Amino acid sequence: MSSILTDKRTATLAGYVDDRVGASKIVKTFARKIFPDHWSFMLGEVCLYTFVVLLISGTFLTFWYTPSMALTTYEGSYPALVGQTVSEAYATTLHISFDIRGGLLIRQIHHWAALLFVAAILAHMARIFVTGAFRKPRELNWVVGCVLAILALAAGFTGYSLPDDLLSGNGLRIISGVIQAIPVVGTYMAFFIFGGEFPGEVIIPRLFIMHVMLIPAALLAMIGIHLGMLVMHKHMQFPGPGRTNNNVVGYPVLPVYAAKAGGFFFIVFGVVVLMAATVTINPIWNYGPYDPSPIGAGTQPDWYILFVDGALRLMPGWLGPVPTEFSTFGYVWSLNILLPGAVVPGIMIMGLFAYPWIEQWLTGDTREHHLLDRPRNKPTRTGLGVAALVFYVVMALAATNDLVATHFHISINDMTYVLRTLFFVGPPIAFWVTKRICLGLQRRDRELALHGRESGRIVRTADGEYFEVHEPLDVYERWNLVQHEDEVVVPLPQGRATTLDKLRARLSAFFFEDRIAPVTPAELEAAHAHGGHGEVESGHDVPAVGATGHGTGSSHGH
Amino acid sequence: MKALAARRRHPLGGVVVMLLALLVVGGAYSVLTPAPASAAAATDDDIQAGKELFLANCANCHGLQAQGTDAGPTLIGVGSASVDFQVGTGRMPLSANQPQAHDKPVQFSDEQIAQMGAFVASLGPGPAVPPAEFQEFTDDPERISKGNELFRTNCAMCHNVVGAGGALTRGKWAPNLQDVSAKHIYEAMLTGPQSMPVFNDANITPEEKQDIASYLHFAGTEPSPGGLTLGGLGPVSEGLFAWAAGILALVGCAVWLGAKAS
Repeated sequence: MSSILTDKRTATLAGYVDDRVGASKIVKTFARKIFPDHWSFMLGEVCLYTFVVLLISGTFLTFWYTPSMALTTYEGSYPALVGQTVSEAYATTLHISFDIRGGLLIRQIHHWAALLFVAAILAHMARIFVTGAFRKPRELNWVVGCVLAILALAAGFTGYSLPDDLLSGNGLRIISGVIQAIPVVGTYMAFFIFGGEFPGEVIIPRLFIMHVMLIPAALLAMIGIHLGMLVMHKHMQFPGPGRTNNNVVGYPVLPVYAAKAGGFFFIVFGVVVLMAATVTINPIWNYGPYDPSPIGAGTQPDWYILFVDGALRLMPGWLGPVPTEFSTFGYVWSLNILLPGAVVPGIMIMGLFAYPWIEQWLTGDTREHHLLDRPRNKPTRTGLGVAALVFYVVMALAATNDLVATHFHISINDMTYVLRTLFFVGPPIAFWVTKRICLGLQRRDRELALHGRESGRIVRTADGEYFEVHEPLDVYERWNLVQHEDEVVVPLPQGRATTLDKLRARLSAFFFEDRIAPVTPAELEAAHAHGGHGEVESGHDVPAVGATGHGTGSSHGH
Repeated sequence: MKALAARRRHPLGGVVVMLLALLVVGGAYSVLTPAPASAAAATDDDIQAGKELFLANCANCHGLQAQGTDAGPTLIGVGSASVDFQVGTGRMPLSANQPQAHDKPVQFSDEQIAQMGAFVASLGPGPAVPPAEFQEFTDDPERISKGNELFRTNCAMCHNVVGAGGALTRGKWAPNLQDVSAKHIYEAMLTGPQSMPVFNDANITPEEKQDIASYLHFAGTEPSPGGLTLGGLGPVSEGLFAWAAGILALVGCAVWLGAKAS
């Protein structure tokens, strides 16, 4: 009786609200939205959820933090700093850590969430890249994602500097050096940003307003666009039986997907809190207040900026007899800082933004794609992705050179020479190895699709012939191995080819010339017709790997 | 006076003035510089026993008269503090020809080390083992805070902010200081072993040396307020942990969630 009454009241209330905001239409369309399921699709969710954790924990921190570089004497409860002259920013961060109930836990939640936020972004980007999820119509969303990644780095770096401790202050010093290395305008820019000579008295308040207002606002706006475009384009899915370019197979938002995503939010929050409750992060009480003269051994930025620091550590001051810093025309040209500190990261970021169009141009593929690639089926792209990661990791490793040297008992100089070499040869080697692995996996897929699984059962026929019995795959499993389309090198246009055309043809050949032709229905038919007894296929009939790029694959040489 | 004035232009006048000036400066220097710490009274027996130990264990590299060879430096004037540090931390005798001596299990008893110290101190004046009052840590928070500040400005660039150690060039390193006794830290500052500079008593007073050692003791023994320290190595180990534990755990959960559906 009472429940009926409550139902009726709820209905009236819901109707009242719906008449005024029209929510039912939105709910109806959105609740039926289908999302496909795969663990790698949840990496983006990790980014979103850690961002929510960052907003919540960051708000707490602003209640007690004072963004000021005014000097004060520390009188809090950490004994080893009592009586020292520190900035208010540093003193209030210590206050949060030692004198606010739960303050240190929230600080550690905020910092661990920040590390995970950027790590999840990188993992998410890697997933998007190797599965080709950036292809038409999602190129612009890839760009939005890249902007988000850069904003995340900016958010991380501005936040890292706020406690005004010795570690982050030295990081800021490097940034000021990189800004000063920009030819002609660098020193003016550095004075503009720091309000005079480094460190000045304005940089912490300025970073604070960037960190709590501008960057989060931009992040929120970009996340809105990112997710809006995701809903509009629909989610991509891995290929499989019944999954086509024109449908989405998965679960509706309500009730399944919303429940899963909501649950996953709490899992992410839980993991972050668990880390924050058990493991120290950024113990600023150890680092001490910032002062431009001291520095600690093993001073590094948070992991996502390591690559810039590492590039700076790898850069030699002299290239043979030529100094990399010199002055002409009355200006100092600090190429030793400019190249690793700004040019290398700049090129990496530009390459990241432009990649969807580069690939589109040299593959000539302008169709819409809603099915993901299996990474092995695009060996060149996967190879490029791994090469880029290796490039990044080599630089990041260079930033840890002093720690690696002491912990593995090697000479820091030798390590620098090795990493300088790897800076150039590491990515090509990674590319080549990855590509060969992808091609090998494709060959294996092809063998499996045509001849089935090796059963390990050897049979002797009446004629004395031995063969191993192969068990055919079931059709659903086989579909995954044969569904992908063949790739074709973009040919040179008829008539006069411009230099650009020639370049494109060359790059296109680079992309596609090493390929394993996918199994065609005819081949499958043939394999089944003669393969009734599951004969072992010898090595001579592996499909063509060649530069010609005929889409038909090779015939079987039986 | 007249006679002196008459000889003012003598060809040797300049030389005489120079000699007198040198005498004044040298005399003032010897009066004003802090007297080098000298070994506490050691008996001739100690020195004799130390000499025997020296000849048996050290002379191979440092020479029969401790005058130094191609393989090892002279020990004349290094003082007993140096012997106590090098032998008392196990750095000497050297186990192999390396970029730098490792600390390792100590090879001699305290008495033997003192005897060798007495012998080396008898060869020429040098810094002595610090008095007993400076061989202990203090727990005065004000002095620990002072020690923290001094350590940060003078030592952290090589030894890391909490004394976790750091790398130097060509396979050398600044060692971890978290488990080192007050006496050995004091002696290291006084004698500047291996790549380390000397911080003499005019530079950092004996009390300040004790403050620094006490801060290191505090940093090494104080329970970490934030939980596990990951070696006190800063953002690198934190980043590694974020990936190896955090992202791995989250991907694991994602795989679990994804697996339930299909």
